[in-house]
Amino acid sequence: MTILVIADYVTEAQAHTGVAPSTLNTVAAAQKIGGDIHVLVAGTGVAAVAEAAAKIAGVSKVLVADNAAYAHQLPENVAPLIVELASGYSHVLAAATANGKNILPRVAAQLDVDQISEIVSVESPDTFKRPIYAGNAIATVQSSAAIKVITVRATGFDPVAAEGGSATVEAVGAAHDAGKSSFVGEELAKSDRPELTAASIVVSGGRGMQNGDNFKHLYSLADKLGAAVGASRAAVDAGFVPNDMQVGQTGKIVAPQLYIAVGISGAIQHLAGMKDSKVIVAINKDEEAPIFQVADYGLVADLFEAVPELEKLV
Amino acid sequence: MKVLVAVKRVVDYNVKVRVKADNSGVDLANVKMSMNPFCEIAVEEAVRLKEKGVASEIVVVTVGPATAQEQLRTALALGADRAILIEHAEELTSLGVAKLLKAVVDKEQPQLVILGKQSIDSDNNQTGQMLAALSGYAQGTFASKVEINGDKVNVTREVDDGLQTVALNLPAIVTTDLRLNEPRYASLPNIMKAKKKPLETVTPEALGVSVASTVKTLKVEAPAVRSAGIKVKSVAELVEKLKNEAKVI
Repeated sequence: MTILVIADYVTEAQAHTGVAPSTLNTVAAAQKIGGDIHVLVAGTGVAAVAEAAAKIAGVSKVLVADNAAYAHQLPENVAPLIVELASGYSHVLAAATANGKNILPRVAAQLDVDQISEIVSVESPDTFKRPIYAGNAIATVQSSAAIKVITVRATGFDPVAAEGGSATVEAVGAAHDAGKSSFVGEELAKSDRPELTAASIVVSGGRGMQNGDNFKHLYSLADKLGAAVGASRAAVDAGFVPNDMQVGQTGKIVAPQLYIAVGISGAIQHLAGMKDSKVIVAINKDEEAPIFQVADYGLVADLFEAVPELEKLV
Repeated sequence: MKVLVAVKRVVDYNVKVRVKADNSGVDLANVKMSMNPFCEIAVEEAVRLKEKGVASEIVVVTVGPATAQEQLRTALALGADRAILIEHAEELTSLGVAKLLKAVVDKEQPQLVILGKQSIDSDNNQTGQMLAALSGYAQGTFASKVEINGDKVNVTREVDDGLQTVALNLPAIVTTDLRLNEPRYASLPNIMKAKKKPLETVTPEALGVSVASTVKTLKVEAPAVRSAGIKVKSVAELVEKLKNEAKVI
């Protein structure tokens, strides 16, 4: 059994500098399945990513497809590359990131197999658990596909070490340029804070923040704690903060050591994105808010008084 | 141009679902069913394209039981012109649905297909991408903005670190994210008019599509319940607990 893991990477100032944390969780899921683990790095100017991938503990080979056609990971071009490589593998895994979710179903369809999305545990090499209905039920599913195509929910698996491995690096793949799509531009969030899905502490704000400007209270608390800042769907829909901050069923799934929910009522779809956090704190002035039903520590208070005080005391 | 919109009948988003005692699935008896919220956004986007004079015809399609006609009628009331029900009583995998939709794409030859990015029951987030692969079309997933631009469509996508815009050759597949638009409600006169709009029913067999799958569900369980903790009286007490009891700061 050999497993192919599709790497996500970190891009800073338009340079691809390393492997995304979610790839380490995905390799961990591959280790649970068992067998040799290869990592595919597809993109352009990804030498540093390949070098980082070769150091991941447990990876035996890194395949690098460095070609302009794979810039921005356009699925029309990357999926045929993965399909071409997939025949040698028992499983193809990717993290359930925007990229993994975009590319992998295209691969599965081209291979004529069903995909299993967002697994949170590996029961055996062909059996997996995954949440359905916004995490209100957990399904155990078994795949009989010759090549099992799977996305991995990062929070379900503790990451493997980023260092310690010494995989061989091999260039692969002809360029597939389907010529059907092109990259136009991007507006990326700039932040010096930790990445939301990888942070050990997350401070999130909801509708109770009242406006985007008030999020400054959360940013300064977060900076003192070394935390990332997230938001509920209500806060994003209201335009307080951009979409990349949304935590929830259809936004980002987080499971930090500490999650501080500020002015968030706790809709089912928000809870789906954070209820696996180790410790949950809720600050809300409505003592009936559903968020208190999942919080380890609840504080019924006006957030505009409590948050600055919290910042002082931590 | 012709726009095809695929929709799904799912449990209403306000319903708190329960797992069946025999762990065979989720109990959907006597539960309110609705159009999947992301599919409502897909219908709305198509209607707006028609109102702008970009779309000439909107065809709405679903794969589901006979009762899914309700969701097709809703889409017709919102502004779709005609509907197709691919009748299949059992739940299918995303690949099965994508194969059925591909047969409809072949027949209808739409320039644009709009789907929700995921359904709130199976949470798969696969069908649009799979339909794009099977049709050989480009895909713009998780869309927050869709602009037809000659023979291309520009799609702005919600990605992990912000927004990305891609240009896709038409025909193309778009899947909707939450911020694409705010769906309207159907007016009573339009609900009445929708009853007279054409609705065709076909079967997977008639489309010549096999929906056999490579995955089976062994069991469905309730998740581990997280119990409520304690209420603290002050910020000072909270900080003390986080430092000394939970030891997370």
